[in-house]
Amino acid sequence: MENDKSVVAEEFRFSKEHEWVTIREGLAVIGISDFAQKQLGDIVSIELPKIGNEYRQMQEMAIVDSIKASSDIYCPISGKVVEINEDLLEHPEWLNQSSYELGWMVKIKPSNINEFENLMTKAEYDNFVGKIK
Amino acid sequence: MPMRTPFYEIHKSLNAKIVDFHGWEMPLQYSGIIDEHANVRKNVGLFDVSHMGRFKIKGPNAYDAIQNLVTNDISKLNDGHGLYSPMCYESGGIVDDVIVYRINKEDFLLVVNASNREKDFQWVIQHSQSSKIENVSDEIALLAIQGPLARNAMQEISESNLELLRPFDLISGDIFQTDCMISRTGYTGEDGFEIFFDSSRVEIWNKIMQSASRFNIKPSGLGCRDTLRLEAGLMLYGNDMDENTTPLEVPLKWTVKLEKEFIGKMALLNGKVNRKLVGFEMLERRIARHGNEVLVDGSKAGFVTSGSFSPTLKKSIGFCFVSLQVELNQLIEIDIEGKLYKARVCSTRFYKRN
Repeated sequence: MENDKSVVAEEFRFSKEHEWVTIREGLAVIGISDFAQKQLGDIVSIELPKIGNEYRQMQEMAIVDSIKASSDIYCPISGKVVEINEDLLEHPEWLNQSSYELGWMVKIKPSNINEFENLMTKAEYDNFVGKIK
Repeated sequence: MPMRTPFYEIHKSLNAKIVDFHGWEMPLQYSGIIDEHANVRKNVGLFDVSHMGRFKIKGPNAYDAIQNLVTNDISKLNDGHGLYSPMCYESGGIVDDVIVYRINKEDFLLVVNASNREKDFQWVIQHSQSSKIENVSDEIALLAIQGPLARNAMQEISESNLELLRPFDLISGDIFQTDCMISRTGYTGEDGFEIFFDSSRVEIWNKIMQSASRFNIKPSGLGCRDTLRLEAGLMLYGNDMDENTTPLEVPLKWTVKLEKEFIGKMALLNGKVNRKLVGFEMLERRIARHGNEVLVDGSKAGFVTSGSFSPTLKKSIGFCFVSLQVELNQLIEIDIEGKLYKARVCSTRFYKRN
């Protein structure tokens, strides 16, 4: 599935571990990239962090199980979890079907917004995954 | 050098995700594991299983040699019929699990796991009692057609009357003007057939796809083959059993015929069984994987041999070894990367077709 189109409207940034971040109303909304979901294949369960948990940038915060493998999801930006996508727990397939919209995982109140600027832009990320492929 | 089946280029052209499977470049999935799995349960799927090993064993001693190699009893096998059996070492550990077909009293066909082709070939030669052993794995292609509409699909491509073909029967026939053998076998828990034919006839893949298209036949990869066999309670060599596992520890006791002689019989008669393989379903949102530790009342009691997601039941399921006193429905815990998750012991048969 190609989910890339939705990225154009807003500014999304990407980590080397294939998480995406965008800032909405001062909060960092986080998910996994279209490239990541394709690599994982059918995603069948996820474990999300608790609201209130605090993470440093690139600390493990969630787990995604696809049929073939389990993957740690890293927090691409330091801060405190203020909201999780509860519906995603019942619909892990949204990570495959709509990785940039329905598949958002958590919202974080960032403690250092400068970290956002240091993540890869869409163009940089496309270049980065182009080398992996 | 990675090994490839005769259909490798077709898999590539279908945009399959190719993975390494014991040295073989095989299709993991085409449209997706869950989609292919559901289609095999509902309609019919086409699998390339040409990576599996096929040996011919011929000669006046062939019968005795095979009877000695396998734990199951081939004495009741008629011409054109097969059976499933483990082959054991003297230790009782499993060399491989195989299907033996009797063509006639001096002509047998053995189908073995891809991962064990070389090992099995050497083992069979060592114990062949001067029979003629031929490894025909590369000359013969093997495709599996599996699902409730498998018979409808087969009827489109074969003149043979397949209604009379019982499970594990093997007949000679032809498909698309090519001589072949057809067996009523599979590894999915559904009705199904496996077709053996000359490996140069790669176009047969596309001909089957075209002829059976109205039954919604789909190319199906190793990913769904694994989830299908797990739901059906079928063991996988290398995961659920190996040279350190005996057939009495896994649900294969029915294949061990102690009234006849075979390699490993003494060990199985005298050995003590102190673990068993059971099914489990996770009560929490994680997939257990091969090697995860199993705990009962906080103490180590075994390990997970296979774990995956059941697309039919929409649950996380698997097989694990536990100590003998563990009972059906008992709660166990599974250690996944240092964290404990609850699961419940159940039968290994998660899925049974109507």
